[in-house]
Amino acid sequence: MAITEAPAKMFGQAIKRREDPRLITGKGNYLDDIRLIGTLHAAVLRSPYAHARIKSINTDAAKALPGVVAVITGDEIAKEQNPLPCAWAAGGVTNNVNTPRALAVDTVRFTGDGVAMVVAESAYLAYDALDLIEVDYEPLDVIVDAEAATQEGAPQLHENAPNNVVMRWTCGAEEATAQAIDGAEVVVKQRILNQRLLPTPMETRGYVSRYEPATGEYTIWMSSQAPHVHRLLLSAFVLGIPEHKMRCIAPDVGGGFGAKIFLYPEMAATLYAAKLTGQPVKWVESRRENYLATTHGRDHITDLEIAGTRDGKIMALRIHTYANLGAYLSTIAPGIPTTLYGRMVAGVYKIPNVFVEVKGVYSNTGMVDAYRGAGRPEATYVVERAVDLLATELGMDPAEIRRRNFIQPEDFPYDTGIGMLPYDSGNYEPALDKALEMVGYQEFRKKQAEARKQGRLLGIGVCSYVEVCGVAPSKWIGLAGEGWGAGLWESANVKVHLTGKVVVTSGSLPHGQGHETTFAQIVADELGVPYEDVLVEHSDTQGTPFGYGTYGSRSAAVGGTAIFKSTAKIKEKARRLAAHMLEAAEEDIEFTDGKAFVRGAPDSAKTIQEIALQASVAYDLPQGMEPFLDETTYYDPPNCTFPFGTHICTVEIDPETGKVTVLRYIAVDDVGKVINPLIVDGQLHGGIAQGLAQALYEGAVYDENGQLLTGSLMDYAIPKADMVPHYELARTETPSPVNPLGVKGAGEAGTIASGATVSSAVIDALAHLGIRHLDMPYTAERVWRAINERNGGKHVS
Amino acid sequence: MYPNDFEYVAPTTIEEAVQLLHTNEDAKVLAGGHSLLPLMKTRLASPPMLVDIGHIPELRQISVNGGISIGAMATYHEVAQSAELKQRCPILADAIHHIGDAQVRNRGTLGGALAHADPAADMTAIILALGGAITAQGPNGTREIAIDDFFVDMLQTGLEPDEILTAITIPASTGRTGMAYEKFKHPASGYAIVGVATVVHLDGAGAISDCRIAVTGAGPKPQRATLAENMLAGQQPSKENIAAAAEQTSAGLELLSDISASEEFRAHLVRVHARRAIERAVASAG
Repeated sequence: MAITEAPAKMFGQAIKRREDPRLITGKGNYLDDIRLIGTLHAAVLRSPYAHARIKSINTDAAKALPGVVAVITGDEIAKEQNPLPCAWAAGGVTNNVNTPRALAVDTVRFTGDGVAMVVAESAYLAYDALDLIEVDYEPLDVIVDAEAATQEGAPQLHENAPNNVVMRWTCGAEEATAQAIDGAEVVVKQRILNQRLLPTPMETRGYVSRYEPATGEYTIWMSSQAPHVHRLLLSAFVLGIPEHKMRCIAPDVGGGFGAKIFLYPEMAATLYAAKLTGQPVKWVESRRENYLATTHGRDHITDLEIAGTRDGKIMALRIHTYANLGAYLSTIAPGIPTTLYGRMVAGVYKIPNVFVEVKGVYSNTGMVDAYRGAGRPEATYVVERAVDLLATELGMDPAEIRRRNFIQPEDFPYDTGIGMLPYDSGNYEPALDKALEMVGYQEFRKKQAEARKQGRLLGIGVCSYVEVCGVAPSKWIGLAGEGWGAGLWESANVKVHLTGKVVVTSGSLPHGQGHETTFAQIVADELGVPYEDVLVEHSDTQGTPFGYGTYGSRSAAVGGTAIFKSTAKIKEKARRLAAHMLEAAEEDIEFTDGKAFVRGAPDSAKTIQEIALQASVAYDLPQGMEPFLDETTYYDPPNCTFPFGTHICTVEIDPETGKVTVLRYIAVDDVGKVINPLIVDGQLHGGIAQGLAQALYEGAVYDENGQLLTGSLMDYAIPKADMVPHYELARTETPSPVNPLGVKGAGEAGTIASGATVSSAVIDALAHLGIRHLDMPYTAERVWRAINERNGGKHVS
Repeated sequence: MYPNDFEYVAPTTIEEAVQLLHTNEDAKVLAGGHSLLPLMKTRLASPPMLVDIGHIPELRQISVNGGISIGAMATYHEVAQSAELKQRCPILADAIHHIGDAQVRNRGTLGGALAHADPAADMTAIILALGGAITAQGPNGTREIAIDDFFVDMLQTGLEPDEILTAITIPASTGRTGMAYEKFKHPASGYAIVGVATVVHLDGAGAISDCRIAVTGAGPKPQRATLAENMLAGQQPSKENIAAAAEQTSAGLELLSDISASEEFRAHLVRVHARRAIERAVASAG
């Protein structure tokens, strides 16, 4: 057949997401849309105390309510189930792992800890019955602050964790760093807080559990970022059953931001209830419960010291951090402030001496685990704040000090010396230059000086960041030192069916990222088939190969590469079959743009569709060839990837009220090769909004009794459309050498950079008043007070 | 998210609605439902009966003759869209612009907001500044309650349990009138941490003949800044005397303190927003 022009490549095209028509017209299939015949509805009674002994629970009246099928308590489930496992005991956590059970036994340790579960014929009845359960609590002393929790005499949460310390973990060179600081020309110290955040996915958590008595099999529909891992942990670790007796299905997932990576008590409790009642049991979280009982993020208290020369060369960075991990260890909690934070604090700079000490701490608060960025926003905030402080101390321009200390292009792969894998590739200066040019840096500085004369407060903030994505080589992450104890590979199967349609089954799955679109773009190019002919299936442990889940901006780099490699295997088999069909030698066959032909004779081509048909009907295959184009890859990456960039924003502060307005926000990111620019832009928009919101609006507040004061969307300020600026995005492109796609990852970059960027701008706006540091969030009152203190109670104007 | 059981009734006349409230002690009136239903869903309120007054046609009427009468069930959207109200009383649309989003403005009602008396609601300050009155109907007939007597305390008004707020009346303004609302909103809820509504009347010589300044959000109920009002009365408005009066707007106010804002910051915001509102009101007086 005649060779027509090669089809346009899909890789790099800003096509609209194929998921969106169904999702934005209300035709998605979310957890609460799962309606099985005979479903019972569960509600959880939660502790009103942050710390108390449970003396007794009387469920008689609740059980007697017509329509109530079961009322379950922790003692009862504990006879059949183990506590939830901690799957990443990083940082040397060994003998003091304390994880939640399906329902609390004897003691509750945070407000919202589950105490009993009602299972009833309707959700209304289940909630009515909660009001009838009588619990006799003996309140205990409460501690919510991580540093205070480690002091002598603080209330103790767990017997095996003296002074509430989960672990003390270090990285870097303690002695050398101490010497460098002691002998440095300039040293700046500062205590900074990285406040606790509530992840707030639009769809809260929810589970539907079903048990088949005939086979002993469980099925659980779950709003989840990691159904395969949840199957493994729930079956083998919690229930003690073989994993093939459990199937986990994630339907459409309305966001997770990390919080749906983890195993939760309600998964285990609904599985128990399904077996007990013999009926499907559905539990859907309310927003109030989401804020109390779903994991939180950040919550660090950090003392930083940065040392440098007078001409602005950074010589040392020393970090001491208290990481509040909450009442129990969530699934991968210890790994966040250690591997993903401590080992990333050097940022984009060549710092000869770095030392990090992290104390993980139990407290009477909700569990803290990965939240968009997971450790890297905290690391970026620390190092960028430190560099700004040093610049201020030296009277040096913040952009200039960054430039002087950047790791240089020829230094890659670059080892920071604090136990992170070597940064794969980078070229930091062009991103900084581009951002400075876009904002008109020098002109803004002039405008700022003018404005200050009129009593106006303008500020500009710069943040150059690097982060770690595409986690991770199994050998590295699984080593005893990092404590993960498992791999982090991904897998994918690609089949070309008889009709030429391609079905990809992926271990990686979306919770909003658009995998169905981007993965299809990769496959369409590699196999030379129309994009519309590629279907991507995912999210069901029955029918998809194992995957570790979607987090750490890893799906394109790891899952995408698994797909890419499967298509390469398909192409190789297609080439061999084409040789047979064309009666030519295999080595003479070339496969390009979906066609196999004898090199130099493209008119002879067999299309991938023709080859697939032949492979499928299979009556004329070469000797020894198996039918069907069907290939699977288990891909273990050789390294992580390290996206980077520079963000700059400008702000104006109302000197009368302290209200901060972001004027412009510029983001120049390098996420490696870009599969779909529209999706990458969307990820950056959302990511920037989340970090910006940490800087300006968000912050979970517990009172001294452990009551969450920001327990609803009326109190906890997630940003609305009118609270975020227009974003000006640009990119540089430094392909990752780690994977054949050259991709790095874009899911978290926005959040990792934007908190530090906005923080930098706000403090810059106040710098001439002598303000060196302020903790986030920059609420109007906090800023107003800072201004007032510096002005002896007088307004700037 | 799941309220207790309750009975729902939808009368079509005011008399019927009043009778239902009179005979069912803990029954609550359902207007737009944007405050009541969330309370019920979180079980902070569990009324056994809801009397939905949304099916009583006369409660939706807006009439602008000498004075203004707005039916209790007129939605924010309807009030903001009324060309006559926009012309005669632009502060209504000005303030409604700050309330919620399009869905909220399509459901929420002016009467519901006043009867609920949320301490951070916007419309309470607006009607207080306009010097309006409330028409209430109960088993014994209809009465007028001056807006100055209407707000009793946090979430408490002068309405009896078996009375329905049927209309809001606003007196006709004479001469040159200016009005403005300045709000510092809560970043989460969008409600007022502080809102200041100001209505000024200027005489023929341009002096302030009358001025009403009402503050919401700052305290348990909407309050008037009478000291500042008195300072401005009779004055030729200037940057200086407006600033001086604004400095006194927080004096004597009952103030709240919580995680959103301290008492001190609320008082400061009252002063700043009062100055901005008075300046804008004066500038807008035709």
